[in-house]
Amino acid sequence: MEWETVIGLEVHVQLATKTKIFSGAATQFGAEPNTQACAIDLAMPGTLPVANEEAFRYAVMFGLAIDAEIGKESVFERKNYFYPDLPKGYQTTQLDQPIVGPGKVDITLDDGRTKTVRIHHAHLEEDAGKSLHEDFHGMSGIDLNRAGTPLIEIVSEPDMSNAEEAVAYAKKLHSIVTSLGICDGEMSQGSMRFDVNISIRPKGEEKLGTRTETKNLNSFRFMEEAIALEVERQIEVLESGGSITQETRLYDGDTGKARAMRSKEEANDYRYFPCPDLLPVVLDEDYINAVREHLPEMPEARKARFASDYSLNDYDAGILSSDRATADYFEQTAKLSGDAKLAANWVMGEVSAKLNASETTITHSVVNAEQLAGVILRIKDGTISSKTAKTVFEALWNQEGDSADAVIEAKGLKQVSDTGALEAMADEVIANSPKQVDNYKNAAEDKRPRMLGYFVGQIMKASKGQANPQAINEILLKKLNELL
Amino acid sequence: MHTKTIAELAAGLRAKEYTSVELTQHFLNRIKNLDSQYNSFVSITEEIALAQAKEADERLAKGDANPLCGIPIAHKDIFCTNGVRTACGSKMLDNFIPPYDATVVENLRAAGAVMLGKVNMDEFAMGSSNETSFYGPVKNPWDTDCVPGGSSGGSAAAVAGLLAPGATATDTGGSIRQPASHCGLTGIKPTYGRVSRWGMIAFASSLDQAGVLTRSAEDAAIMLSAMASYDDKDSTCINQPTEDYTATLGNSLDGLRIGVPKEYFGEGLRPEIAEHVRTALKWYEGQGATLVDIELPHTHLSVPAYYVIAPAECSANLSRFDGVRYGHRCDDPKDLNDLYKRTRAEGFGDEVKRRILVGTYALSAGYYDAYYRKAMKVRRLIKQDFDQAFEKVDVIMGPTTTAPAFKFGAKGNDPVAMYLEDIYTIATNLAGLPGLSIPCGLVDEKPVGLQVIGKAFDEGKLLNVAHQYQLATDFHQLTAPGIK
Repeated sequence: MEWETVIGLEVHVQLATKTKIFSGAATQFGAEPNTQACAIDLAMPGTLPVANEEAFRYAVMFGLAIDAEIGKESVFERKNYFYPDLPKGYQTTQLDQPIVGPGKVDITLDDGRTKTVRIHHAHLEEDAGKSLHEDFHGMSGIDLNRAGTPLIEIVSEPDMSNAEEAVAYAKKLHSIVTSLGICDGEMSQGSMRFDVNISIRPKGEEKLGTRTETKNLNSFRFMEEAIALEVERQIEVLESGGSITQETRLYDGDTGKARAMRSKEEANDYRYFPCPDLLPVVLDEDYINAVREHLPEMPEARKARFASDYSLNDYDAGILSSDRATADYFEQTAKLSGDAKLAANWVMGEVSAKLNASETTITHSVVNAEQLAGVILRIKDGTISSKTAKTVFEALWNQEGDSADAVIEAKGLKQVSDTGALEAMADEVIANSPKQVDNYKNAAEDKRPRMLGYFVGQIMKASKGQANPQAINEILLKKLNELL
Repeated sequence: MHTKTIAELAAGLRAKEYTSVELTQHFLNRIKNLDSQYNSFVSITEEIALAQAKEADERLAKGDANPLCGIPIAHKDIFCTNGVRTACGSKMLDNFIPPYDATVVENLRAAGAVMLGKVNMDEFAMGSSNETSFYGPVKNPWDTDCVPGGSSGGSAAAVAGLLAPGATATDTGGSIRQPASHCGLTGIKPTYGRVSRWGMIAFASSLDQAGVLTRSAEDAAIMLSAMASYDDKDSTCINQPTEDYTATLGNSLDGLRIGVPKEYFGEGLRPEIAEHVRTALKWYEGQGATLVDIELPHTHLSVPAYYVIAPAECSANLSRFDGVRYGHRCDDPKDLNDLYKRTRAEGFGDEVKRRILVGTYALSAGYYDAYYRKAMKVRRLIKQDFDQAFEKVDVIMGPTTTAPAFKFGAKGNDPVAMYLEDIYTIATNLAGLPGLSIPCGLVDEKPVGLQVIGKAFDEGKLLNVAHQYQLATDFHQLTAPGIK
């Protein structure tokens, strides 16, 4: 039988607010356990939540970016369940009246096809803390630094029909939230987490099959793998006459295996009800319009602008505009260096390679846009060759100098363009290469340019690569032709 | 000194008849010598009290005008006190020392009041007789075989026993007014949102409100003026300028329209109480007030609605007591579920467990609409009743309770009979309105109260209406037999 896959995503996005959604504690990643958890985050008796305006603004920005209705009145509810990293015994979240209503996201697939994924809604909620199971001699540790970090959970309609579409959609969300500046986009730190709802049905069938939910995937690759695995599993179950159990599953990216966590019967009854400690938040048109006016340029608009302002091709413009940090980096480099093409090549080439190798993002790039522009400027004014430029970049990456100029100076990488010195070198090479000079002279005229390579190579060798190739060419041509 | 009201003591301090240290020491001695009869104090904070009294004396010497400066008071053990054990009547918090003050505590301290100690209460404020406290029942100074009322029974017994001239209290369904009635005191529950709930351990967040128990309306006005404030740490606190409630105590009653709800004089009310209330109403008529018969047709639904909403909220509010971060933890938990189950089974008393179960049930999938949603609808109807009534009248008057204080154990096996204790007071909480109880006579040689209900933020008027009555009558000056 031919099967059709139906996929819907719930995406948790950590908002890059300075403080938590209901307390004044900092949200920074990586602090010592429990140093960023105040009495409210610890759910001490008598403490009360106060909603963070910035989190609302960020959620509204997202809503506007996906053309969604903004909830004029949004209500926080309590989702009740016990877990050690959930201090209050309930999560404060939104259910019936979320901040962001229905919207849509357009995705582009590898073959150029486009598709619209409908967004059911997006709601604000607080993140839980973390349970730590290592290093406690059989006990568990609790780190509440993350507890109360604001999240938006973006819930899609089941509009995707394979892993490629799901990943394209997830990447698009990443691009939107980073372009808006409402999320740092650091996947490895859990800034974006995906729950994937998957079901299959016979091709042509209208009715949806029973779905499973694979929770808490934190990379595009894991998501792709988990979908493939789950689709395969469901087909196997159904084709061998079984039926799919509605359940929550966990995928382990390290082992490439998934397991059932709990079935629907074992699922919690969350007993949602409106949180009496927080009043409904009412946003008026003026507020929403003010947010709209300050909305940063979105990836699509930026892509179009990159293509027209910097004469980039569609592909390059797309890559460079996909997330805000990359786009900002490129644009700053292009402006400072005055050469968008070179800037684009360097960002997509050397910079990207270095970031991949060191498993980091452009926000944490060792070489900043200003330094990269410095390298490009020196290529353009002939101080260094493109080849030497790579050496300079490498040195900057290794923090051997603060700027291209400093590295060029310290390492003596300056290209020799001084005609006198080059002429002397040319004379020496010609004098020491009688055989090659004879060959050159005897060669047919159209073959001669190709034979120039030998002499250029010798001079480059003599100059330790610092001779300006353009200048050498001209000098050699002149001198050899004089011998004819 | 202990027979004097706060207003009289404030004058005595300024006339240098005694210092705050002397006054404080006097009350501390009384507590130590006499409280074994009542069990009203759970902590006596002698050192803090004397240090605060010394500070107050210094302020008084510099001419501090705040009438509370140097006045010793007691805090209900529901208010968090920095560095002082705050147990909320529960074994669960027997070892809990908050690192912060409730806003109420902070405000009274800023006014110069001196903290004598923390007073007993029903566990987590759940009860109408003070029999549910982990620290044992509080006895009514008027008859130590009888309950003082609850949940602010410790506050009421301490003031009625002349162990403190005033005490803080809280009222979720009648927990200030009912003990005021049973102990012959003046007790006011302000409008929901008038006094900050920060640092006040939550029972039912949408109903809880802090107030005071004193021996006169004037004293209540003095204390409430200092307690009430807008607090940005409590999102449900209403941003309304604070008032000096003593300024309007002298206003005339001429033209006052008093609503008399027929529902408050129905079956179950002791005829002698009805008699006392009617006598008081006649007195008001004599002062130029008009009596208006009104209807509050949904009154009979207030107890059932309350006993869905309050337990629902408490079931979530008390989830934080899980043995993970603070408070009671069972010995040697063998796993997480065991930790939760035994900690909560050991830490909570029967009434608290009963309400958590009721609330959990009412919020469960399949029951939510029938219970919680319906109760919220009833709540709106009850509020509407009051809104309509207050179009015709300025205040509403009736009895506070159906009967005087009952004997210990009399309602112990019948939770519903106990819940009916608050039949006249609960609607006020559901509607968020201010309510006050003042003594208006004796029945079976025990005091009974007249309840006055006002429009939102009409605390000033309620206190004025009560003060005028107390200028002409002496019910509030009666003290329990045997108290000298």
